[in-house]
Amino acid sequence: MNAHASIAGSATLEASLFAVEGMRCAACIARIERGLVEVPGIRSARVNLSARRVRVEHDPAISEDSILEAFRQVGFDAHPFASDSVADNRSSESRKLVLALAVSGFAAMNIMLLSVSVWSGAVGTTRDLFHWISALIAVPAVAYSGRPFFESALAAIRKRRTNMDVPISIGVIVTVAMSLYETATGGEHAYFDGAVMLLFFLLAGRFLDSVMRARAEDSVAALLRRVPSEATVLIGGKQVRRRVEMLLPGDLLFVAAGERIAADGTVLEGSSDVDRAHITGESLPERIAPGANVLAGTINLSRPLTLRATAVGNQTAIADIARLMEQASGSKSLYVRIADRAARLYAPAVHSLAAMTFLGWMLAGAGVHQSLLIAVAVLIITCPCALGLAVPIAQVVTAGALMKRGILVKEGSALERLATADIALLDKTGTATLGRLDASDLPVKAGERAILAALARASRHPLARSVTCAMEGVEAAKGDRIDEVPGLGVEGYFAGRRWRFGRPDWVGSKRDGGTTAAAFGPADGSIRLIHFADALRPDAQRAMAELDGLGVLPQLISGDQVDVVQKVAGLMGIQWRARVTPAEKTELVIEQQRSGHHVLMVGDGLNDGPALKAADVAMAPAAASDVGQMAADIVFFGDSLDAISRAVRAARRMMRVVKQNFALAIGYNVLAVPLAIAGHVTPLIAALAMSGSSILVVANALRLRSAAK
Amino acid sequence: MTGIGFLLPIALGLGLLGLGAFFWSVKSGQFEDLDGAAMRVLIDEEDSVDGD
Repeated sequence: MNAHASIAGSATLEASLFAVEGMRCAACIARIERGLVEVPGIRSARVNLSARRVRVEHDPAISEDSILEAFRQVGFDAHPFASDSVADNRSSESRKLVLALAVSGFAAMNIMLLSVSVWSGAVGTTRDLFHWISALIAVPAVAYSGRPFFESALAAIRKRRTNMDVPISIGVIVTVAMSLYETATGGEHAYFDGAVMLLFFLLAGRFLDSVMRARAEDSVAALLRRVPSEATVLIGGKQVRRRVEMLLPGDLLFVAAGERIAADGTVLEGSSDVDRAHITGESLPERIAPGANVLAGTINLSRPLTLRATAVGNQTAIADIARLMEQASGSKSLYVRIADRAARLYAPAVHSLAAMTFLGWMLAGAGVHQSLLIAVAVLIITCPCALGLAVPIAQVVTAGALMKRGILVKEGSALERLATADIALLDKTGTATLGRLDASDLPVKAGERAILAALARASRHPLARSVTCAMEGVEAAKGDRIDEVPGLGVEGYFAGRRWRFGRPDWVGSKRDGGTTAAAFGPADGSIRLIHFADALRPDAQRAMAELDGLGVLPQLISGDQVDVVQKVAGLMGIQWRARVTPAEKTELVIEQQRSGHHVLMVGDGLNDGPALKAADVAMAPAAASDVGQMAADIVFFGDSLDAISRAVRAARRMMRVVKQNFALAIGYNVLAVPLAIAGHVTPLIAALAMSGSSILVVANALRLRSAAK
Repeated sequence: MTGIGFLLPIALGLGLLGLGAFFWSVKSGQFEDLDGAAMRVLIDEEDSVDGD
């Protein structure tokens, strides 16, 4: 968007990436791609549905805001997307793995064909030739496809740790080196096929794992997008637009109706309603008057406000939450995956076994060459091929089964962590409840319904939106002068009569229902109060009882008032805590972890973000704020809380299968190792053992397809 | 034995060709948006959108 680019005009195009929410189907793709190009300055738009991103090619002169506005015109919320984010790194990791997988697959197939002729009795020059050709294919293939393992093993050794990749790397390198030596000296056995096949199977597991992880995205960046980039500052009575970074505490800010507030502050003038849903998860707008405090990132709904900024930039409450989330995410990375825990036991055992075999044969009088061959055969047989597949395949099959039930698992290890959870902390608004306002006591007469529909449609207030949703399908009446009066409601004239929908005292009702009620009626007639409530999720009580039965103790924690929380917890039949701030939620999670519990956090709002990050495992409903969704490991669709117990059951079944798989893989080794130590393992037996155990492990994991029942 | 001299290079060459084709398809982004590809067939052709 710099000067020389705009001089060049439409000849040079700039490409920008946007993250877009709510794209689901072919119609969405068509709407975006066709709608955007109609905007002058936008040349083309290309949707990537898997990544939920749109690439827009546009004239450099056109501003980012007008592209965002173009997205709004076609009905989508878009955010500018920085291309150097974590998500991109992850998808390029999957891409590297799939290429490595292709190379090792190609090499394994060709070497196996050559090996078949060797096994079927080729001798002399033919065998040597085939060994040489195998070496020619295997060495570059191993160098290319083995990199993910070698790099990870090196990194682990540098940190003086060991993981599954250490025995794998040692096994593969020693096997190839020994086979090269055998080939050069015209020996009988070369294990190129085993080494490459091992890499192929392991890369398959690694690839599945990375595809799952690629779905997880960076959550903190999304959080700060909630603060607008500019604000209107009052200087000597004049309104000046300033970038948010230039604001100072003490500045007077003017916030128009419908605008997002740019800094924490105290209201000086004006009274309005503020939508805090994105920050506190509270679905009801808060009514504010002079003297009240407002938070950056909330939306001023009805009337203009003047406020004095008390905290700006990274001092605001929203920036605090972002910091808390960044700090909290550390504890999850401390989790050691079960595969690596197994490797810590497995690697030393295997390596000392190989060393002892070598020593044993030396003592028994075999030569160095002979003893080394046998020791390497032991290493090949014990290489954790099936172990490398055992975990990812079980996780992928389970995640697939859960996905069919509307439960998305973003990371494989989330299921491992979920299986051990013994305490579930639930947020109230949006998690225990549906997080939307359902209107009751709506008018029944067709005429009144039509008028209410017409009035409600004219306003963007959350209560009016809720009425619009509830009245879907009702034909709106034709009226005159339908007008929104900020802070009060909507009025309009129908057949000459004035009707109002809005604050009860304004409409003329004697009762005031607070923010949870609105009134509707004509200027001279009976007035109806419409009540709004955030309903509890259906079956919440049964779902909680079931969770309790699984040994996971559910508890409700909320930032809301004591009486509200108590009532909801009573309906759900679980323990509760009220008036908990975001930081206290995180502390509560950490406190439980200190006392030895594994915490499952279920939450939706921005304020749950840090707690979701701090918990051992986190779930969020699909209706959650995007920060809530991204901070969670598992996202569930639908209205029922059944998803929680279903996911716990599936995760535990998965862990059982993983342990069975470990037992199978190790059992296989236990059978084959004595053969190897005795010096009877040929390349043929090694190949059979390796593919046999892998297939067994995969077949066992496929039983998990029914895990989500 | 002379058969092997022909057949082995041919077999390896064909395999490499397949591998090369796969590398090309990954590099040119054909696996970038699998969900989108499944959906795009449902978009009507008449006023088709000019993609990349």
